[in-house]
Amino acid sequence: MSTVFDPGAEAARATGAILDDTLHGSSRGIVVDSPPGAGKSTLVVRAALELAAAGHPLMVIAQTNAQVDDLVVRLAEKDPELPVGRLHSSDSDPYDKVLDGLANVTKSAKAADLAGLDVVISTAAKWAHVKNVEPWGHAIVDEAYQMRSDALLAVAGLFERALFVGDPGQLDPFSIVGADQWAGLSYDPSASAVSTLLAHNPELPQHRLPVSWRLPASAAPLVSDAFYPYTPFRSGTDHGDRKLSFGVASDGSGPDRVLDEAAESGWGLLELPARHTPRTDPEAVRAVALVVRRLLDRGGVATSERADEPVPVTADRVAVGTAHRDQAAAVRAALAELGVTGVAVDTANRLQGREFDVTVVLHPLSGRPDATAFHLETGRLCVLASRHRHACVVVCREGVADLLDEHPSTEPVQLGVTVKFPDGWEANHAVLAHLAEHRVRWKP
Amino acid sequence: MSLITTLARLEAVDSGRAQPLATVRHRHLTDRPLVLVPLTTAGEAGAPLGALVGTDREAPRLLAVAQPRDRDLRFAFLAELAEAVLPHIESYADVVEPAERNETDPATGKKTKVEVELCTDAGQLIVPSRAGVEFVRLLGRSMRFRRTAEDDPDTPYPAPARVPLLGRWLTHYGERARVPGSSLLLTATDLLNRHWATGQSSLEDQHLGALLSWIDPPAGSSGAEAALRAELARDGEGQLLCPPAGPATDPDFDNRLLAPAIERYDRARTALASAEDGLAADARLGELSGAEREIRSLLARVMLPTWDAVWRGLDLLRELPEGSRAEDRWTRDRWSFTAHRDRVRSGEPPQPRRDDAVTAAQKLASRETAQAQLEAQEALDDPLVLAGRRLAGEAFLGTVTDVEMTYTESKRPSPRPLVTVRTDERPHLGERTKVYRSLEGKPQTAEFVRAEEEPDQDGDVLLVLRILDRMGRGKEPAPGSVPEPGDRIAWTLFEHDQRGGPKLPDPEETPWTHGGPPGADAATRAEQPDPVTPEDLL
Repeated sequence: MSTVFDPGAEAARATGAILDDTLHGSSRGIVVDSPPGAGKSTLVVRAALELAAAGHPLMVIAQTNAQVDDLVVRLAEKDPELPVGRLHSSDSDPYDKVLDGLANVTKSAKAADLAGLDVVISTAAKWAHVKNVEPWGHAIVDEAYQMRSDALLAVAGLFERALFVGDPGQLDPFSIVGADQWAGLSYDPSASAVSTLLAHNPELPQHRLPVSWRLPASAAPLVSDAFYPYTPFRSGTDHGDRKLSFGVASDGSGPDRVLDEAAESGWGLLELPARHTPRTDPEAVRAVALVVRRLLDRGGVATSERADEPVPVTADRVAVGTAHRDQAAAVRAALAELGVTGVAVDTANRLQGREFDVTVVLHPLSGRPDATAFHLETGRLCVLASRHRHACVVVCREGVADLLDEHPSTEPVQLGVTVKFPDGWEANHAVLAHLAEHRVRWKP
Repeated sequence: MSLITTLARLEAVDSGRAQPLATVRHRHLTDRPLVLVPLTTAGEAGAPLGALVGTDREAPRLLAVAQPRDRDLRFAFLAELAEAVLPHIESYADVVEPAERNETDPATGKKTKVEVELCTDAGQLIVPSRAGVEFVRLLGRSMRFRRTAEDDPDTPYPAPARVPLLGRWLTHYGERARVPGSSLLLTATDLLNRHWATGQSSLEDQHLGALLSWIDPPAGSSGAEAALRAELARDGEGQLLCPPAGPATDPDFDNRLLAPAIERYDRARTALASAEDGLAADARLGELSGAEREIRSLLARVMLPTWDAVWRGLDLLRELPEGSRAEDRWTRDRWSFTAHRDRVRSGEPPQPRRDDAVTAAQKLASRETAQAQLEAQEALDDPLVLAGRRLAGEAFLGTVTDVEMTYTESKRPSPRPLVTVRTDERPHLGERTKVYRSLEGKPQTAEFVRAEEEPDQDGDVLLVLRILDRMGRGKEPAPGSVPEPGDRIAWTLFEHDQRGGPKLPDPEETPWTHGGPPGADAATRAEQPDPVTPEDLL
């Protein structure tokens, strides 16, 4: 018996079960796994509103100030009357100025000033400094897979029970010093908050959001297969629901051809000749900048379920993703040279949780002589390949498949550490094999 | 690997000599370090084979285990090691100076200053290689839980008196070595690799002999040739001229020389045990001590080249002046040394087998702070390290061309001078990126305001920075606190000091997410052996 998959109904059923557990369940924690763009933030906002409506004071823990400000704004959009507290640091400019325009938001650097408000929101780093307060009955931990176990240790005393929401496929938290000494311990401080939580509380209910509203039908199957092989998800839209087109025809150059390919199929690989290069490979960086320039020049318009009319793809709807910060800086400089402003250029770590119409990615392994664990990390590629609503263009040197074959992952196996599937090597091969079908070779 | 290191390595390949990565020494070396060259037995985890130890390069103390499988001999070795190492450590324990420490009063929660002792210096331990540090940890782990006859008269195999204490100290040194920038326990290879770049891979750099060949090649030979010789050259008996720095030994040495010698020793021992009268016993005792002497001389032969290499490495390092902030980090080592001394004296039990959740998190946080601080301090101490950061866009050197006074728009205006800096470097500055400079040893913060549009014909750009702090409390900045035109200043994009992390809960208040307080679930989880499964039985 097969029924037609109704993404809206599936997602609503999952959300309903999560909210039911949160409001009426008896367990101290609930874990929600959310693939890219599955409505995680929407869920957090909804859960917060329902908890507040039921009279439960709530604390919300997010990982960055941008995430916190974003949540405050979303809450205010949904319920402009709800008293919200924004706990912030005592640095200069601790929060987004937009918050000053919201009447329902109280801002303070001291938790005591915010006592009694329905919802208090801050970063994990700031919450860690809050001492001597009455614990909250409920908490929501956003981006819990990007939170480190030691950060959870510092704040877990502040709440009785919590909803942990996050994307297991994105980048794991990292530490700048070795932490092998604790590998395999259930409370390894460098592991993610969720892995520690579940190691100590395996009976906690775990939910999953089944539908990605961000990824187009062209991307969801690949991202799901390559990065979430055991917890597949679907796209909320179907083939043909979204369309990317250009006002100006192709001039036949590499960047234009790869843009056409990406508009057609959702993916494009601009392949430069094989070569070992420094990290800030000038040719690849320039190719990335050119693709962005042509995308904007050719008047890209995006048709989607969000609007009745096609919407122009402007600079703020485009992002460039890299592995390293110096690469991002080089791309920024190259874009400035071509007169492009307003495009988000950042590393995978900083693009996490963000969404764009089109992304241009400098492949983490492009031009490298070796494939280290950093460059093979599954989450890095997953973040880079799952930020887009319409199309993703990857710029890469030829020869990455051979490079992968020469560098099978050789990380030591640690006793007691759950092996993560898929490993980066496998995921990289899966993505490369798919991209190869959308390849445009180009000599800059 | 940073761009400047890559460049240095390429230059090393090109010139045949290691190239400097630093102009000052970034680790503190005491006047009298204790060098320890340990060897372990192949195929027997944690069975020491021998060691050279001492503070006098001319007179190492040779310790050897003639039959490493004999536990009594192993204990005798460890007892001897304790006698060689502990007096060195203890000689620093009683030389103290008064110091102040911040403590929180448990009753009031207020911070108060407490007068405490701080050891004026600490015992420094140097091993040849990273594997040596691992071996120190392993020895520490194997000794610190041992019971002596004094601890427990009924213990079946009591350890010699000072062995558990040595285990606790070695554990402390091994753990401290994980803190970035610490110098209590150092390895010769890491020290040399921090200060020189060779033309070989970083894996090959772990070979002390090859590393020294690059840094200080013999006359008339290139580093590459000398390194190859150090790795491969063998004598007429097939033995390496430059034996591995240990603790592992060369298999050819084990098979051809060591195994037959140990066999002769075993035979002599059996013969002595079966001697029927005093005269025969005397003769066989002579044979036994002869066999033992042979093993000792074999071990000395493979350890002495490493011993000399470590000292040669130290000589090379001592030629560099010590970086000014290395002393600061050594002071933290002294605090760590003093704290462990106090724990031992107050009769605390040995360090636990595993850290609890809170301790692990605290250690990780303090090591991350130490790492960031080390990177900043090395760059501030050393123009060559700073050059690497400048090349990576994380710092820049510029000349002040203009200073314009502006003020905050508050009731009590504070100075916010705008400083224009000319530089030909390209730091990764974004809007309002914070930059720092060192002002009388303290960091002064500024933020990036804007860059003048196009680089001029020399490639120079003008960057406008707004100074934010360290100008005193008045309306006018304190004298000397604002840069003046013509000043050449190094600005960094990284902070010079690190804020400490948040206070974590006490271990007794470990939250439910982390398994609750330690010991709470011990009965169900912690020390149970794995259940036997059908796969365990063949």
